[in-house]
Amino acid sequence: MASRTRKREKVVITGICGALGKLLALELHKDYDVIGVDRRPFYDRPKDIKHLRLDLRRKSAINTLKREKPNIIIHLGVLRNPRKHKGKEKAIHLNIESTSKLMALAQKIKVRKFVFLSSANLYGPSSTSSGFLTEDTPLHGANRSPEIRDLVSLDMMLQGMFWKAPNTETVILRPVHIVGPDLNNAPSRYLRQVNVPTIMGFDPVVQLIHQDDMVQAIRASLKPKLQGIYNVAGPSQAPLSRVLFFLGKRTFPVPGFLFREALQRAFKYNLTNYPPGELDHLKYSCLVDDRRAKKEMKLMGQKSITDTLMDLLEPYPLLPVNYASKN
Amino acid sequence: MRFLLRHLQNRLKAQVDPALVRRVDETPRHNIGEFGTDPFGYDPELIKLIVPVARFFYDSYFRCEAFGLDRVPEGRVMLIANHSGQLPFDAMMVGASLLLDAPKPRLVRGMVERWSAELPFISTLFNRAGQFVGSPAIGKRLLEMDEALMVFPEGAKGISKLYRDRYKLQNFGHGFMRLALETNTPIVPVAIVGAEEQAPAVADIKPLAKILGFPAFPIVAPHIVPLPLPVKYYLHFGEPMNFGGDGTEDDEVVSRYVDEVKDTIQHMLHVGLEKRPSIF
Repeated sequence: MASRTRKREKVVITGICGALGKLLALELHKDYDVIGVDRRPFYDRPKDIKHLRLDLRRKSAINTLKREKPNIIIHLGVLRNPRKHKGKEKAIHLNIESTSKLMALAQKIKVRKFVFLSSANLYGPSSTSSGFLTEDTPLHGANRSPEIRDLVSLDMMLQGMFWKAPNTETVILRPVHIVGPDLNNAPSRYLRQVNVPTIMGFDPVVQLIHQDDMVQAIRASLKPKLQGIYNVAGPSQAPLSRVLFFLGKRTFPVPGFLFREALQRAFKYNLTNYPPGELDHLKYSCLVDDRRAKKEMKLMGQKSITDTLMDLLEPYPLLPVNYASKN
Repeated sequence: MRFLLRHLQNRLKAQVDPALVRRVDETPRHNIGEFGTDPFGYDPELIKLIVPVARFFYDSYFRCEAFGLDRVPEGRVMLIANHSGQLPFDAMMVGASLLLDAPKPRLVRGMVERWSAELPFISTLFNRAGQFVGSPAIGKRLLEMDEALMVFPEGAKGISKLYRDRYKLQNFGHGFMRLALETNTPIVPVAIVGAEEQAPAVADIKPLAKILGFPAFPIVAPHIVPLPLPVKYYLHFGEPMNFGGDGTEDDEVVSRYVDEVKDTIQHMLHVGLEKRPSIF
């Protein structure tokens, strides 16, 4: 961690205009020189954060980054929402192209640290995935939901960095569902619904991590001499039905086969954002073992599920204020 | 709908014998989290609803007699037993004996078939009752959480064995021994006398089982009611066995340890059979 006496390190955060990127930038900009890369505009940007509106697939963008000479690259800028970009091979190419360019850059200028945000969803929920999967578990997630196959290959590509770039400490973080008041990702949206559909007769145990804890985990991964793959999870886990009961949601259980059929049709005709493969998350528990991260990154004082859910009930900033009172 | 269910659950719970509720409350709760379940979804409140059924089978139907329950140590432990009887009542009875008769009540964690995770309601019921889909990773985690684990190393071969093979132990898998060595867990051998006669199977139609995806398709002799015969169960718990090691031993060493456990259970079965006055 950079102190006042030491030279401040330069951090490049790709995808800084996403909710998590913004939170991370606000966390890091006091101790690091933060350079954000995103094609989207960055509103309410603190003065000391530099924002480059670049497209990482272009050579000029990579050259611009090269001139900045960063010490650390945090790669969040991946299109991980298969829903928005479904059917478009473009998203897949964009993810893989930009990441491989960024990896080449990291090798060339020998950055100290390369952090990539992957996901524990890549393990894929199945009948045996409740056994607290360790980091060595193969990534079978794309078997059931082909939409995430590029994310699996990204994770694999980054694993190549361990031997391709021995001077760079590569960290792959595989967090469980990240939820929080500022996030607009699938798990947060699912839990924010007023009437929540579940699969009849199934009640998986879920792991959640609060957005602030995730930011702290990324920060902790910047510590020197830390590299490898880390599962990141919250302090405990709870059955989905009890989570929904706690949030005071009305649930309507749908028989599994009907739900899948309906979702397939709806997804095909653009009526929903959830690909049918993701239904398995409502059916099987997919629990990961985060003991390695807890031990080596010394993650402490994480928010309990109760606190995480309480935070989620706060009004989502992009929605009208009376949204929360309706729930 | 939900309030109706909750109301029904509370009404049912009020009917349960308070002594049973107390026994369930006395089980170790060090793994129960903030939402009333452990990391795998086990909920003691549900056990309170199931335990009267278990007690009916334990006390009235099979009239179980358990010997040596005080030999089961506290903390992590593995119960290794012979498996039989077409339907897993033997597992239920071992669980009931530790919950109802042991000096300190324990909940035994058993393994269920993998395809049961695909069945609606049943998968959730098993989960809430502390039973888990058979997987070494989950078993290891449970032992590290100081739980009592029940393993039938004979597996499906054991439960579907024919009447003429009764009390003949089938081949034991090695997985349980590696798990015990890795987690330094004492093994308690359990001999279940009685269960092997509860559903005498004369034949096993293997092709039909294959088509239906079942582990076996037994033809049970008195196939009139879908209940097992009301045989009398005798549960013999042996002295805990400790094997030093770390789970990375050669197959030879592990197989010697496994044979030691198997021979102990076979011996206990012979002794138990000799002592038994009658099947019923």
